[in-house]
Amino acid sequence: MIPAAFEYHRPSDIAGALSVLAEHGDDARVLAGGHSLIPMMKLRMADVPHLIDLQDIDVLKGIKIDGGTVTIGAMVTQHEIIVSDALFAAAPIMREAALQIADPQVRYMGTIGGNVANGDPGNDMPGLMQCLDASFVLEGADGTRTTKARDFYEAAYMTERDDEEILTHIVFDATTAGYAYEKQKRKIGDYATAACAALITKDGDTVASASISMTNLSDVPVFSEAANAALVGTTCDAAAVKAAVAAALEDIDPTEDNRGPVEFKMHVAGIIIARAIERAWSRA
Amino acid sequence: MKDEVTRDDRVANLKGLGCSRKRVEDARFTQGKGNYVDDMNLPGMLTGDFVRSPYAHARITSINTDAAMALDGVIAVLTAKDLEPLGLHWMPTLAGDKQMVLADGKVLFQGQEVAFVVAKDRYIASDAVELVEVEYEELPVIVDPFASMKSDVVLREDLDPTAPGAHGPRKHHNHIFTWEVGDEDGTNAVIDDADIVAEESMYYHRTHPCPLEPCGCVASMDKVNGKLTLWGTFQAPHVVRTVASLLSGIEEHNIRVVSPDIGGGFGNKVGVYPGYVCSIVASIVTGVPVKWVEDRMENLMSTAFARDYWMTGKISATKEGKITGLHCHVTADHGAFDACADPTKFPAGFMNICTGSYDIPIAYLGVDGVYTNKAPGGVSYRCSFRVTEAVYFIERMIEVLAIEMNMDSAELRRINFIKKEQFPYNSALGWEYDSGDYHTAWDKALKAVDYEGLRKEQAERVEAFKRGETRTIMGIGLSFFTEIVGAGPVKNCDILGMGMFDSCEIRIHPTGSAIARLGTISQGQGHATTFAQILASEIGISADSITIEEGDTDTAPYGLGTYGSRSTPVAGAAAAMVGRKIRAKAQMIAAYLLEVHDDDVEFDVDRFVVKGAPERFKTMGEIAYAAYNQAIPGIEPGLEAVSYYDPPNMTYPFGAYVCVMDIDVDTGVPTIKRFYALDDCGTRINPMVIEGQIHGGLTEALAVALGQEIAYDDMGNCKTGTLMDFFLPTAWEVPNYETDHTVTPSPHHPIGAKGVGESPHVGGVPCFSNAVQDAFRPFGNRHTNMPHDHWRIWKTANDLGLHD
Repeated sequence: MIPAAFEYHRPSDIAGALSVLAEHGDDARVLAGGHSLIPMMKLRMADVPHLIDLQDIDVLKGIKIDGGTVTIGAMVTQHEIIVSDALFAAAPIMREAALQIADPQVRYMGTIGGNVANGDPGNDMPGLMQCLDASFVLEGADGTRTTKARDFYEAAYMTERDDEEILTHIVFDATTAGYAYEKQKRKIGDYATAACAALITKDGDTVASASISMTNLSDVPVFSEAANAALVGTTCDAAAVKAAVAAALEDIDPTEDNRGPVEFKMHVAGIIIARAIERAWSRA
Repeated sequence: MKDEVTRDDRVANLKGLGCSRKRVEDARFTQGKGNYVDDMNLPGMLTGDFVRSPYAHARITSINTDAAMALDGVIAVLTAKDLEPLGLHWMPTLAGDKQMVLADGKVLFQGQEVAFVVAKDRYIASDAVELVEVEYEELPVIVDPFASMKSDVVLREDLDPTAPGAHGPRKHHNHIFTWEVGDEDGTNAVIDDADIVAEESMYYHRTHPCPLEPCGCVASMDKVNGKLTLWGTFQAPHVVRTVASLLSGIEEHNIRVVSPDIGGGFGNKVGVYPGYVCSIVASIVTGVPVKWVEDRMENLMSTAFARDYWMTGKISATKEGKITGLHCHVTADHGAFDACADPTKFPAGFMNICTGSYDIPIAYLGVDGVYTNKAPGGVSYRCSFRVTEAVYFIERMIEVLAIEMNMDSAELRRINFIKKEQFPYNSALGWEYDSGDYHTAWDKALKAVDYEGLRKEQAERVEAFKRGETRTIMGIGLSFFTEIVGAGPVKNCDILGMGMFDSCEIRIHPTGSAIARLGTISQGQGHATTFAQILASEIGISADSITIEEGDTDTAPYGLGTYGSRSTPVAGAAAAMVGRKIRAKAQMIAAYLLEVHDDDVEFDVDRFVVKGAPERFKTMGEIAYAAYNQAIPGIEPGLEAVSYYDPPNMTYPFGAYVCVMDIDVDTGVPTIKRFYALDDCGTRINPMVIEGQIHGGLTEALAVALGQEIAYDDMGNCKTGTLMDFFLPTAWEVPNYETDHTVTPSPHHPIGAKGVGESPHVGGVPCFSNAVQDAFRPFGNRHTNMPHDHWRIWKTANDLGLHD
């Protein structure tokens, strides 16, 4: 658990970070909260000759809520997400989900940017960002571009982000939808056995819109259009929930690990998805 | 005018027995001022790190250290070839086997030590580890002890397959020993003729003590004066000194072993590990201090595991539920080397306490130890030697018998408890239980939780579940345990030939304060707090004025260390006895000062008073001053004493636990609604420390029962080598515990105390497990194996058709 030697860079602006990335290419990685990258370096599973610590870059910090648009800097910690009342008012699901990530010590350091950019299927924020239909702002040598969370994830640890780009901000619309983040885990600090984010809006007695996404049930976060479709227009009764669960389960592909075999995970996923939908509907 | 100091005030000022005195250790621990082995930094100190085997079973065809040696800052790379001329490439284990220090021709488990790199710092050492080139030729891997006993593959090529082992004949080249206790033919005859027989097989999975601080040491060979000093995470520093002397040939007076602050042991730090031997050799070779501290993964994957017992039982009873016989067989997976830490004559520890708290007239226990390609160990993780396995076994057999008889298991226990008037009680498997009052404890526990009310609530819940109104079911876990702690009488308990007594030495200073040293070593138990309380009550000096020191073999009297809840039963008894020696001398001094006969003074809290004239007295402070500064005819100056205590018997703490649990059958998630723990540890020295011990032991019990596991795949890869997968509970997972007690003193212990640190673990594991299993009993469950993680609980529900 001792990392190999590395050069430590601590730029004070994005341009500085990008220039180190440009200079060292594959040999450089940016560091946010460090809860994924540092353990991998200690295990010597990640070889990072040049580590670029982003903590001195002020533009990556802070939560802004401007009209109906929420912008969160990549270096905002899970703790800051939890304690921001403004963010809670704009998107209460953020606090509910962040409280289910690890423990307070981890949340003081772990950032939303690191969580979404690393591409770890166990991380909770990617699925949640898909549920919120968030956009990711990426900055590289050629300027800034925006991509959708729902398009960002390609495979485990593989994302649309170019190696020489930095994910700087996360942007999504404030929402008054009924919400729920349901997560089953073995213990504090564990990845989800199954987790589901749900946002549901109501029109009279029926579902006006639904957004269902899942965590750690495939090698990427899964946003289920089919589950959404199964709910819209229904009264979110038992039959509709059942149909949505069935549709969502079609979209996932969990693998066996120490949490249990596929059969168990599929069953638990169905339960967790149903509970998320029911709780979100109860708040819609 | 000063308020009058009453006798009650004087008693309170002592902070002696029964006082919930705050732990004196905690000021430094809570402020980050502890002194652990990894805090040590000596001038010129080097660091060692291991090259470890990625394979569970492989032949080593070559080791090339050139590239590692070429790295700037690398001083040495040791392999078995380097240790062989010293005879240190293998070392004896505590169980009479031997273990490779560094891989000698082959490796037998994943994570085994292959080479030891010594470098200028920890970073260079780790870089060099990556540069050591080892070529392996993979061999067939055996992770199942039953398969091992049938396999042609010879794991231990160093052993003569036909020669007996340390514990008698071996049946197969992968067999270690057979240990039998009791009357097998007689037991079988009783069971064959019985009205009722219940049989069950159960696996007590492999787990690990996982102390917060892993194992490590600093070895420093001073070549000028020929002295070797070894600081390390040792639960038994004096034994380490003797073993180090026997192995190295260095005379024992030239070895000093020091256990500094230790961050938890739980049995993991009893044994001797290759890191200690390699550090000593490296320091002797280099002439400078060498530090070795393992990391978390190394601790989980290579240091001593616990349990891994495959247990099969038969229990017979009359139609009325009176147990008539018990048969138990264990296939014990010991891994690659038999490195169990048990008293020499007990290769399966005190597993023969498996008749539990019940009056069982005849019983038999047979244990077969087996080699596999797993890490060695088999230590007593927060329990006296294998008592957790024994208690789990009998508490499951009781439940299975209750199912067989369609009976309430609380009542079945009550019918079979050893009665108060039967103590001292001789068990069918050879133990003499010192004291107990099980019925009183059981009744108190069941009343406290409203047991009948709980059963009614459970029955209502079952009906509601069947009607489809709820998806959670309710379990009521019961356990009644009897521990056997305080090894032990020297006549039958030794480790490597060293009798398991313990010791206390005390020196009273002229101004009436004192320092006492003991042969034990605290790893968090709070000895500096509680031993001072025993002494305070015995000698009449406030606990606040008594310093307790342990762990330095140059200063502390010889003792066998701290494990198996032996500190209070053995060293605590030595403390009481040394206090009485001090008191006896103090009495003579007081009588002289008061100008009366020795028999005319009596001890009263903190002083000696003239009988019938309490206004004439000498305080212990005055007596101490006189002991040093006044010429007293016939009495030599000074006030100090030493006592070595060989207990006449073990002590037998007991307790009654109840766990109420809800289980979500759809997700397999258990929720503990209530946990009630009644402990009887005899005389209670510090109720607050006891409560802390109960909370800690229950938490480790919860861990083991509900998920903590060392698991391997078929290739012998350890699947649980990090805290992501190895379950270490946090405040979040832990329920509120309700603690309670009865007091049944030990009749043979000087102050009647029995030991308590491990009771909650021993009683807690079956209680949590029984709660899970009891929830499924109304649906047809008989037994499922631990750990009851979400997936296994879910599978039980699934197998019982609760998802249909």
